Amino acid sequence: MLPVSYYVGLSAILFTIGALGVLIRRNAIIIFMSIELMLNAANLAFVAFARAHESLSGQIFVFFVITVAAAEVAVGLALIVAIFRNKQSIDVDQMSNLKG
Amino acid sequence: MTSTDFLSILPIIILVAWGCVLLLVDVFSKKNTWLTPLLAAAGLMVTLVFSIVQSGTTYTGFNGMVVVDGFSGFLNVLFAVSGLAGIALSFDYNKRMGLDRGEYYILLLFSISGMMLMSVAADLIVVFLALELLSIPLYVLAGFARPKLDSEEAAMKYFLLGAFAGGFVVYGVALAFGATGSTALGEIVAAVNTGTADLTLLTIGAGLIIVGFGFKVAVVPFQMWTPDVYQGAPTGVTAFMAVGAKAAGFAALLRVFVAALPTLYEQIVPIMWVMAALTMIVGNIVAIAQSNIKRMLAYSSIAHAGYIFMALVAFGQADVAPDAVSAALFYLLAYAVTNFGAWAVVIALEKSEGKGLQLDDYAGLGRKYPALAAAMLVFMLSFTGVPPTLGFMGKFFLFRTVLQAGFVWLAIIGVLTSLISAYYYLRVLVIMYMRDGDPEVNTPFLLNLTTGLTAVGTVVLSIVSVPLFKWASQAVLKIF
Repeated sequence: MLPVSYYVGLSAILFTIGALGVLIRRNAIIIFMSIELMLNAANLAFVAFARAHESLSGQIFVFFVITVAAAEVAVGLALIVAIFRNKQSIDVDQMSNLKG
Repeated sequence: MTSTDFLSILPIIILVAWGCVLLLVDVFSKKNTWLTPLLAAAGLMVTLVFSIVQSGTTYTGFNGMVVVDGFSGFLNVLFAVSGLAGIALSFDYNKRMGLDRGEYYILLLFSISGMMLMSVAADLIVVFLALELLSIPLYVLAGFARPKLDSEEAAMKYFLLGAFAGGFVVYGVALAFGATGSTALGEIVAAVNTGTADLTLLTIGAGLIIVGFGFKVAVVPFQMWTPDVYQGAPTGVTAFMAVGAKAAGFAALLRVFVAALPTLYEQIVPIMWVMAALTMIVGNIVAIAQSNIKRMLAYSSIAHAGYIFMALVAFGQADVAPDAVSAALFYLLAYAVTNFGAWAVVIALEKSEGKGLQLDDYAGLGRKYPALAAAMLVFMLSFTGVPPTLGFMGKFFLFRTVLQAGFVWLAIIGVLTSLISAYYYLRVLVIMYMRDGDPEVNTPFLLNLTTGLTAVGTVVLSIVSVPLFKWASQAVLKIF
């Protein structure tokens, strides 16, 4: 069996990729996917640590995170669709109405 | 579920259940658009009364997942009152702007239930759930003026950055879980004390949690969404989220760091120090350059987050921390009262299509509407921190704690930036009183009531601020 640190390392890499994706990519959907990647990296870490501590609670938290992610998808995609209808674009760099 | 469990989250249950009932009521009463807000306010009243009754007690529920103590009691009262103020501010505004849809008030209720859950959360997972429960309705509310592009854009920015911040929080929670084997604050403390915790991992986790909540309460360098979202969202929502979301974010930060992580004090305090200082400096200096009142108040809210953050910096000093918590709570109260008043004036002057929001639109207000201008005078003085206003007392208690904790330079930066802030707050007064203009205002009853109550409250509460601060001092955290 692989040691737990491998899984945690992988989850850290996934989290970093997700965070960089949010900062670098400009398409709202891809930013959103990157955020999902961050949440799933946390899920992987939860499961790995749950295994290491032999505690089931970590696995249960994953369900909470998945539920929350689903709720965010519902709101997020609706917002993206609303903006697309209005502007025919979901490039976040073009969302520049608000400036001071 | 025992009866204690039930009691511990009863305010939240009331709000969520009442929100679900109101969703049905709203469907069947499309003609009576006053019904949903009225019932929502009634539900909040019940919650408020229950929160006041509950505020003297201390107990835990759900195996330590939630804890009711003075801290949560104080904040729940603040959240319920914020909700009432939010409804009062939005009622006529929404009609005027064509946003007259009942879901608005129901989403407000759901968001407040999340804030209340945040104030009782004693487990990092509950903190995360509460964060999302309060945020997701706010994303929708920020975009409530759709298809207006400004509002949609604000919602989008708020959503993307809010979800990003949520990702940081949940990963931080995962690392804290990995470091200690539990997410319950009490067990984290126990694991640290017995030496079974991996302190490096816990520090990284705590850092990620600070980043996540830094976005929520808008401290530098995580503040960039604030002015855009505050400007684009419907003004009633802006007023509500400026108080509610900020107070909830600080509730989580205070509880997690003061109650569970004081051992990490040495590692974390330099980062917090710098964040507090930068927030006060950046918020106040950039606010000077703003010509739109919504953006100016947004930067002002960033600056005030910096002041409250100063109290958090002392989280690891066992003798100062209780005082720091009460100073932060008192400042949140002062900020809430002043903030709702100032936004009420903004709403009175706002017209459709985003007109009436420039500072120049306030010219002549002092001559044409002396009462409204006098109220704005009180709010601006309170924001600046001039006696006899709540803002002054808030700053007084806050700076006193910061000095007690030994952060002299932080206090000096705070005082200096307060002086800078006088420039842009007093500029509003200069424009109101010294320039000629012909402003038009909308002053429906509820808005007048809110403006009047908050203006009187800002002055009167500052005179009785010592008993009020005592109440905040009793609102201590349950220490594990």
